[in-house]
Amino acid sequence: MPKHIIVALVEDRPGVLDHMASLFRRRGFNIESIAVGHSEAPHLSRMTLVVNGANTMVEQVRKQLDKLVDVVKVSDITGDKTITRELALIKVKATSVTRSEIMQIVDIFRAKIVDVAADSVTIEVTGDDAKIDSLLDLLRGFGIRELARTGRIALTRGETSPLPVKKPPRTKGQKATK
Amino acid sequence: MKLTGAQMIGESLVREGVEVIFGILGGSLLPLYDVLPQYPQLRHILVRHEQGAAHAADGYARATGRVGVCFATSGPGATNLVTGIANACLDSVPMVAITGQVARPFIGKDAFQEVDITGITLPITKHNYLVMEASSIPGIVKEAFHLARTGRPGPVLIDLPRDVQIEQAEFNYPARINRPSYKPTLKGHPAQIKKAAKLINESHKPVIIAGRGVTISKAFAELKELVEKAQIPLITTLLGISCFPESHVLSYGMLGMHGMAYANMAVDAADLIIAIGMRFDDRATAKVSDFAPHANVIHIDIDPAEIGKNVRVDVPIVGDVKTVLKDLNKQVESARHIDWVRQLDDWRREHPSTTIRDSQSLLPQYVVRSIYEVTSGEAIIVTGVGQHQMWAAQHYWYDKPNTFISSGGLGTMGFGLPAAIGAKVGCPDSTVWCIDGDGSLQMTIQELATAVQEKVAVKIAVLRNNYLGMVRQWQELFYGKRYVATPLSSPDFVRIAEAYGFPGLRVKHREEVVPALQKAMAEPGPFLIDFIVEPEENVYPMVPPGASLAEVLEEPKKGARPKAAKDSARLPVSNI
Repeated sequence: MPKHIIVALVEDRPGVLDHMASLFRRRGFNIESIAVGHSEAPHLSRMTLVVNGANTMVEQVRKQLDKLVDVVKVSDITGDKTITRELALIKVKATSVTRSEIMQIVDIFRAKIVDVAADSVTIEVTGDDAKIDSLLDLLRGFGIRELARTGRIALTRGETSPLPVKKPPRTKGQKATK
Repeated sequence: MKLTGAQMIGESLVREGVEVIFGILGGSLLPLYDVLPQYPQLRHILVRHEQGAAHAADGYARATGRVGVCFATSGPGATNLVTGIANACLDSVPMVAITGQVARPFIGKDAFQEVDITGITLPITKHNYLVMEASSIPGIVKEAFHLARTGRPGPVLIDLPRDVQIEQAEFNYPARINRPSYKPTLKGHPAQIKKAAKLINESHKPVIIAGRGVTISKAFAELKELVEKAQIPLITTLLGISCFPESHVLSYGMLGMHGMAYANMAVDAADLIIAIGMRFDDRATAKVSDFAPHANVIHIDIDPAEIGKNVRVDVPIVGDVKTVLKDLNKQVESARHIDWVRQLDDWRREHPSTTIRDSQSLLPQYVVRSIYEVTSGEAIIVTGVGQHQMWAAQHYWYDKPNTFISSGGLGTMGFGLPAAIGAKVGCPDSTVWCIDGDGSLQMTIQELATAVQEKVAVKIAVLRNNYLGMVRQWQELFYGKRYVATPLSSPDFVRIAEAYGFPGLRVKHREEVVPALQKAMAEPGPFLIDFIVEPEENVYPMVPPGASLAEVLEEPKKGARPKAAKDSARLPVSNI
């Protein structure tokens, strides 16, 4: 079953996330990851969902989300040209013997070491989830102590956005500065 | 103008044209109830249980097409509304429920009578609000009514902390709502309408399945035009009943689990299904993978999420039924499907489905038919849930628009009496009959007191079989006749009525039915008739669980055992 990326612009009000989560649970939708944060428009949050399922199920996810009053717009951007990124923080067991080997791997993946302790290092990595998965595969042998992943975020390439948001009309007396 | 939060609610309700509120007060709603006398336009009807308030608001909304309003206090008051709200949500009924909440500083502290009612009702409301400042009340009420009555209607809940009701703020009632995200599609896409018209014009065996969306949209005339212009046989869902005159030659009754055999056969044989304002509920489609196997499907609905949810659709049209049908009718050519209509008429003759057999005992179907005759089919019929509901759907012919009110999606026993009270309050000039079962009635029987106190002249026909009849029927057919927990020792309903302060009659024989009904009609106030009906009467036709519409069981001949009664262990997986 293909993975779908669904992006949603939602009004930044209390309870929105609750409402969406409740909807996923009640309709039995399986959400692989969900990432929420501010969007380019004030009062709107952008949510990126990765959904694993048949096309008809994903279509229902999209439609049911669109029905929520606080959801402004929903798009399935799976087929579009997109840039997707995920960030992960990985705390790996590291001894004086293994540290340099870990650092080499980190270099190859263009990741960063953001914290070093006596018996561990913490690595920050961004990329698509395949890259993060393969880094994790390599590090697993050293012993992964803690892992935090943000879930995917995505934008379509180029100028057009599947979620155009109208700019608020300029109010009287407010002039554009040059 | 500065007002308190409570006054703002009153003022806003008046501006939304509210005339009736069903509710019960309690500690957290005291400030709101205290100002109600300042708004004499708002008639408050005191119910006996909050579930009754929600169902009464629901019945009022269905009968009038307006938004039903109910009030309940915090905690148990609010949770008692939940069944009624869920019922309204599943049947797309416009409703605004206002609940009290503990004062803001107590929220989240597990205070006395505190529940997270906005959290509880998230999945069963169209939207809900927790009001955190009085100044936001006008905007919220305006928006709540707009959401409840537009698009696909549904219940909206406003949770109102006690101290917000006392807080003063400037009252500005907004002229319009600001919700860029909420824009229901009303007009159907022209290309889709064109495609639909082409399918209709090319079809040889078309069938319309009309649902409650037709009634909500008041598209009675447009639907009739489509049916008559292209001579398309029309079938309704349970909640579609009374959206089209049932005495019309092209009306072929209801489909589904207890639908007419000929209606189910027509859907099964059709080459085109035109589904209008309905949502392919599993009780209507039966085994969904075998639903209308030879047909293309056109689905007209205002809710895009309903399209393709249960049944594959060839031509989806998202829009308001009335608007879409107006556009569609222009492109549909006059046609006469003579062979097809003749085929349906043959099926109707061979499988009559609504004939009542001769019997010495008092058959419930006969009672329903008699109510039809005594009221000349002019009454609003409100039902509870169970066997009596199906008989009321099958054996009364609904010719007047919007005269059948029933709990479809949620199947809420106890809906009948409070909903009938709501319907009668909304339509005081209509005769309102509540056809109920003895099991269903006892779930909300306390509302008899509401009818008496508020002088609501509902007529109640109890089809009493001393069983939870529908469940008993399933036990008989699919659980080896093991009647576990279905026999009921129901009270003497006539004496119950008398105790509440209004008259009633007991009827045991056929010949007493009509005189009793006439006596009930002549009585100015509420009246109850306790019909002692054949206890083990079954509802037929019936599509057994897991079967397709084509596998409909009809009433067995006298003395014959019902066929195909599989034991429960062998029942296929289905939504039982």
